[in-house]
Amino acid sequence: MSTTTATVPQRNLVSRLWNDKETRSVIIQIIAFAAIFGFIAFMVRNAIVNLEAIGKGFSFNFLFQPASYDINQALIEYDSRSSHLRATIVGVINTLLIAVAGVILATILGFILGVLRLSKNWITNRIAYVYIEYVRNVPVLIHILLVHGIIVHSLPKPKQAISIGDAAFLTNRGLFSPKPLFEPLFWIVAALLVAGVIFTIFFRRHAKRVQDETGKQYPVFWISLAAIIGIPFLSYFILGSPITWEIPYLKGFNFKDGMVIRPEFIALWLALSLYTAAFIGEIVRAGILAVNYGQTEASSALGISRGRTLNLVVIPQAMRVIVPPLTSQYLNLTKNSSLAIAIGYMDIVATIGGISLNQTGREMECMTIVLILYLIISLLISAFMNWYNKRIKLVER
Amino acid sequence: MNTQTYKPGEHPDMPAPTNTTGAVAWLRDNLFSTPTNIALTLLSLWFLYKIIPGALDWFLFDAAYTGKDRNECMAKADGACWAFVGERWKLFTYGFYPAAERWRVNLSFILLIAALVPVLWDKTPFRRHLIWFSIAYPFIAGWLLLGGFGLPKVGTDEFGGFMLTLVIGVTGIAFSLPIGILLALGRMSNLPIIRVFSVCFIEFFRGVPLITLLFVASTMLSYFLPPGTTFDLLLRVLIMVTLFSSAYMAEVVRGGLQAIPKGQFEAADAMGLKYWPAMRLIVLPQALKISIPGIVNSFIGLYKDSVLVIIIGLLDPLGIGRASVATTEWGGLSTEIYVFVGIFFFISCFAMSRYSLYLEDKLETSHKR
Repeated sequence: MSTTTATVPQRNLVSRLWNDKETRSVIIQIIAFAAIFGFIAFMVRNAIVNLEAIGKGFSFNFLFQPASYDINQALIEYDSRSSHLRATIVGVINTLLIAVAGVILATILGFILGVLRLSKNWITNRIAYVYIEYVRNVPVLIHILLVHGIIVHSLPKPKQAISIGDAAFLTNRGLFSPKPLFEPLFWIVAALLVAGVIFTIFFRRHAKRVQDETGKQYPVFWISLAAIIGIPFLSYFILGSPITWEIPYLKGFNFKDGMVIRPEFIALWLALSLYTAAFIGEIVRAGILAVNYGQTEASSALGISRGRTLNLVVIPQAMRVIVPPLTSQYLNLTKNSSLAIAIGYMDIVATIGGISLNQTGREMECMTIVLILYLIISLLISAFMNWYNKRIKLVER
Repeated sequence: MNTQTYKPGEHPDMPAPTNTTGAVAWLRDNLFSTPTNIALTLLSLWFLYKIIPGALDWFLFDAAYTGKDRNECMAKADGACWAFVGERWKLFTYGFYPAAERWRVNLSFILLIAALVPVLWDKTPFRRHLIWFSIAYPFIAGWLLLGGFGLPKVGTDEFGGFMLTLVIGVTGIAFSLPIGILLALGRMSNLPIIRVFSVCFIEFFRGVPLITLLFVASTMLSYFLPPGTTFDLLLRVLIMVTLFSSAYMAEVVRGGLQAIPKGQFEAADAMGLKYWPAMRLIVLPQALKISIPGIVNSFIGLYKDSVLVIIIGLLDPLGIGRASVATTEWGGLSTEIYVFVGIFFFISCFAMSRYSLYLEDKLETSHKR
């Protein structure tokens, strides 16, 4: 008996080190570090060997060569003689455009759906429920293809265009709408609008401070409305409507002049917004339900009106629950916009990751650029939403 | 009409007044309680009246169900043309899997159901033993579908249709859960290097769209392999899908881990348990139980995302559908084909989401108001 207990402490060095918590964690980390970097080094070496074997190398010089392909929707100047770099920028702008437009529409529709879903009216409630369940359980790619198919197949050809007040024309080649041409005086209206927005921000802050200190209330809503919409609107007419509209007209088989919104953009925008709105609807519903009913009761006990209860008690508390999952929905929408390639909308993936890649054969460089661009966009959206989340977070002691 | 008086305590049980029970009261409470409510009801009814009859006519009553090709089908009806379903259902189910070997697909599907029962239903008899079969299932199915060891080999380029969706779904689910758990533990670990690595991995895969990863798989992954080796496309896609979904799984599991009170970890330490036994016996069983609904939701996401493989040229049901739209027989039927594939996905995803709700209900032990 005594001999066995005496032998226990005399273990070898490795076992002693392994049984010490500190040293063990250092050993594990060194091994993990070596394994991960060994693996990465192995892959990089393979890549170098493979690229050399086919004589490709790794360089971004191709970005400055002419892209020699057309992009049907470019918000900045672009033609087929522009460089691959410029094509990439056009792609990034198109992705950001669809992301921003989609986020706005999806948020509006989502909040409406969430409220309808909470409605006491049985029929309305069920309609919202059926819509949400249908949309959420079908892959977004099918929605995109379906909406695109319906737009292209069921809208008329330019010759039989659906005219909206003889100014805009809906066809299967897109929505042709009047294009605003700004006269110099217009910039005064624009400046007034910006001034109105800035004034409103400061005025709201001031009004809140006055109310916190003295209890006195200003008619904030009406003053803001006048500053942002009223004054620019009035000045627009006083200055003699300084915008002329270039109206599209039919020439040959298609419309000329004006502004065109491509069917690909409309299809992608509608499909992504309708899809994401269903998720946002459920998030909004959960957020509003998460506010304890006692809060509403307490508010009415204090004699606060229903509208103010919603504005001052329920929504601020619901927002705390809503914002974090809303962030991930915005990220999802942005990432899903990469499916644009299925219907030929020219976003990041379709430009640099698609045509440029196929033309130059530089898979490594192109895919690296695409991945980095998406990571940057994702990180920016997360950072912004985290900042917003921190602002509305519950302030605890 | 006679009025009867009762002594206190001798009132017989009378039915409630008719206007507070039954259909009329229900209608009044739910549809016509306030002017806004009445307006909303009328608006909804008008909306349904506008949508439903037209949609049903197109979908069901005016639709044609037979015909050799689009023209023959369209001549019969004004509505949808569903004839392609009857003509092409084998393609939609099996892809290009050799006709003589299709029993293997059917068998793996039956075995899949057998493997799912002990996982999904906790009252299965002998669940503890049957679960081993479920764990072994992905490998058995892999052998059945690919062949070798006595069965004739089938190349993965012949996989397609619904079967391909199941292959991607099952592989992704079977492998992303264990990797996801490891990543979640890594992210919560005390060892900085492990933690940093896990965070980088998770954030990278969550930051980029799946479609770009699939492009990486199809265009650039082969450069990273030792010279001379080639992977087939489906395997590369499966690797990417698994890694992608394991990053999401890791975040779900991390949510579960963070919900475990610190006392549980400390109690495990106090019992003298080392890291892995503590995790296996105390922390993970509780954390995984909380995160089951989240895990099912990620599975639904993975299953829906599997359609993206069509963009790099694999033919799942949507891919077969798109290929059908491009044929001369069925060209121009895009709406019907996408609706058909959409219904297929709707049925499977809706079933999964109902299951997730059932689990949430079962795991919910608090008292609702």
